[in-house]
Order: sequence, then C-alpha cells, then structure tokens
Amino acid sequence: MKGFSTKAIVATGLGAAIFLVLFMYVKVPSPVPETNLQLAYGVSAFFAAVFGPMPGFLVAFVGHALSDFLTYGSPWWSWVFASGVSALVIGFGATKIGTAVEQGRFEKSEIISFAIYCVIANAIAWLVVAPVLDIVLYSEPVKTVVLQGIVAWILDSIVSIVIGGILLKAYASTKTGEGSLKKNG
Amino acid sequence: MKIRTFSYSQLDTFVHRLSGLSKLVCFLLLTSAIMLTYDIRIILGIMILSFAMMRVAKIRYSQIRLMLIYVMAFLVVNFFLTYVFEPEYGVQIYGTKHVLFSFGGSYTVTQEQLFYQFTKLFKYLSVIPLGIIFVLTTNPSEFASSLNGVGVSYKICTALSLTLRYFPDVADDYNTIALAQQARGVEMSSKAKMTERLKRSASILIPLIMTTMDRIELISNAMDLRGYGKHRKRTWYARKPLKKADYISMAVSLAVLVFTLYVRLCINHSIYYNPFI
Repeated sequence: MKGFSTKAIVATGLGAAIFLVLFMYVKVPSPVPETNLQLAYGVSAFFAAVFGPMPGFLVAFVGHALSDFLTYGSPWWSWVFASGVSALVIGFGATKIGTAVEQGRFEKSEIISFAIYCVIANAIAWLVVAPVLDIVLYSEPVKTVVLQGIVAWILDSIVSIVIGGILLKAYASTKTGEGSLKKNG
Repeated sequence: MKIRTFSYSQLDTFVHRLSGLSKLVCFLLLTSAIMLTYDIRIILGIMILSFAMMRVAKIRYSQIRLMLIYVMAFLVVNFFLTYVFEPEYGVQIYGTKHVLFSFGGSYTVTQEQLFYQFTKLFKYLSVIPLGIIFVLTTNPSEFASSLNGVGVSYKICTALSLTLRYFPDVADDYNTIALAQQARGVEMSSKAKMTERLKRSASILIPLIMTTMDRIELISNAMDLRGYGKHRKRTWYARKPLKKADYISMAVSLAVLVFTLYVRLCINHSIYYNPFI
C-alpha cells in the first residue's frame, strides 16, 4: 500500500461511492427474468483500467460490501470478493490501456484488448471465485451456484465492456496526447 | 428515485457505548461462526443472542423495515430455488430418506430436505441482525478508525471514509443528472431494448464520471497540500479507547466461535448436525 498516491486513494473512495449508488439504486432490467444489469460493474472496470488493479479491486469490494450491509444487513462475502476480483483482473490486464487513455487514445486495438480482459476477468470472478467460495464458505449446492455464476458472467461481461468502454472513450477524449500540438509553419 | 441512506442514531445504550473496533471484531467472529456451521442448535442460539442485542440497542422496526423486506424476498426466492435445483440435497447430506409427500414424478418432499432448508434459512436470517446492529450503532466516522484498528492500512480506511462521506453527494448528483436527461427524453424503462438502455444509461454515467474526476483532482490536491500520507501511521479523531465491556464482548464472541468449531470437529464430526441417525 506504500505506493498508493493520494489521488489513487481519493479515486478509490469516490469510485466506491459511485459503485455503491449504482449498485443499490440503479437497476436496468435484463432479458433474463428477475435479473438486472448492474451498471456498477462498468464503473469498476473503468476505475480499474484508469487507476490500476488495487483501486479497482477496492472500488468493487467496498461498494458491493457496503451495498449488502445497507440492503441486507450483512454482506454475502463470496460474491463481494468475486466483484473485487473481477475489477482486480481487469486492472492487471489493462495497465497499457490506462496509459493509452491518459494520452487520449482509446481506439480499436485498445477496445478489443479491453473487451478480452473484461471477459477473462469476469470468467475468473463468476465461474471460479464466486462458486468455489460459495461452496467452501457457505456450503451451497453446486448446481445453483454454477448456474448463477454463468448468468452473472454473461451479464457482467456485457456491462463492463459496453459501459466501461463508453466511459473510457469519453474520458480519453478529454485528454490530449503527446505531440498533439503542431507548430504553424 | 428516492435515496434512502442508513439512519445512524446517537443513543446511549450498552451497544452504542462499545467501541467501533470491538463491534467490528464481534461481528466478524460471530458471522464466521455461523458461516462455519450447519448445526441448527448453534444457529438458533446465535440468532437469539443477536435479536436480544437488537433489543438492547433499541433499534426500532421503522429503521429496518425496508431491509427486512429485501431480506425476506431474498430468503423466499432462495428457498424455492434450492428446492427446484436440488430437491434431494438433504437426502444426500443426511444419508436417510423419510418421504413426507410427493408432487408426482421425481419431486418428493423429504424430512431431510426440509430440515436442511430450514437450517439454511435460519443460517441466513441469524447473520442479518448482527450486520444491522453494527451498521446502525456505529458512528460512520468511527467505522474507518475501527477498520484501521483491526490492521487494515490507514490509506484504505481513508478511502472508505471518503466513500461514506461522498455517498450522499454522488447519489444527489446522479439524481440531478438522471432527471435532466429524462426531461430531454431519454427513455430508461423497460420499453427500450437492452442495448439501447445500456447506451442511454451511459448518457447519465458520463457526466457523473466527469464531475467525479474533477472532484478527485480537487480533493486529492487539498489532501496533498495538508501533507496527507507523509507518515506511516495516523491517529483518528473518532476512535474510542477500549474499556472492560469491549474486552468482555470480544471474549464472548471468540468463545462462541471456538465452541462452534469444537462442536463441528469433536461432536458432529462434520459441518452438518444429523438428527436422523
């Protein structure tokens, strides 16, 4: 934690606040009945790509844990942790994308690699971490957790790619790249 | 959209007087105890203890009504899903089969399944009051300091207190932007297609992220100017010193956890308690 800059700390705090608000109040109905698209995962993907794996992890972990505290009284730790892991993995994969975005670039190659990292990260989180922890910590039946995991994987991958991508694009367009100034001959 | 934030109320009860640190430790110890057992006797014991603590803390029904509705909805859905997907799970666990009645076909209701599902129901239900007590009786500013007390880096704790501090502001911002966009005709309900809805919600998120990025710059500059993060340790204005009652409550919670593990390892020899043999 020593290398944590003040900016990263503040970003983590405010990012988690956005995640919390979206996670608790903003439900976009999905085609699968009784499930919602959680826009919050787009926000955690954005913060992970811009600020790195640890802030990304904390944005999702703290946001999800607080939301569980406030809605159910007690967090469901396996899923809270899996949320964090999904952002953590995007953060590890997307270091190059983060630097590109800071220089105002979020083009085809960055979009494609960002999408791939999102799919991989969500697969690790929802197909491995969440079901395994559900079974180990809570002794949940295998079939139910795997099914929930698959639905979460698909929906959250879509949300992280679309929302995360749109946000990165918008943020990149406010940045100016190196050598963008030209001398008027 | 109505923003509901949690209502911490300053009262003078035994639970309120405890330090946030000891409440957090008790919460973690007791919830791990519940996590580690499927023995309905222990679960009911902890549940009675936690409901009694809720009475002691003078938590009113109106404070937790919404939470209870969410929890009940979750429990009911979970109860039926478990049965639909794993109707024979109880039989698998307990090794015997006492059929009560059957729906025809392979769907039967067994005593074992009902026992398993009710144990699970109470297992979830007993954790809820613990979290409610912790959240509703701990001063939000003390929350971060108590996390620091259990060994979490103070920088993470600062991030957490910033989250709690800016949560209402971000919720307000979101609300304002959403209303403005709706006034311009952005359709957010289920009438639009899914991809359309996703794109349109981005029209709210982009301004929200941009204002937040500006705010991050502002706050972190202010903190840097005041020399934040220069030293390895920080003190907390809101930390309460530990008293006798704190040590006693932590010791009791630890005893509950140790007892649970003892029952699991030495009496039941498994995570489940089996009354059928």
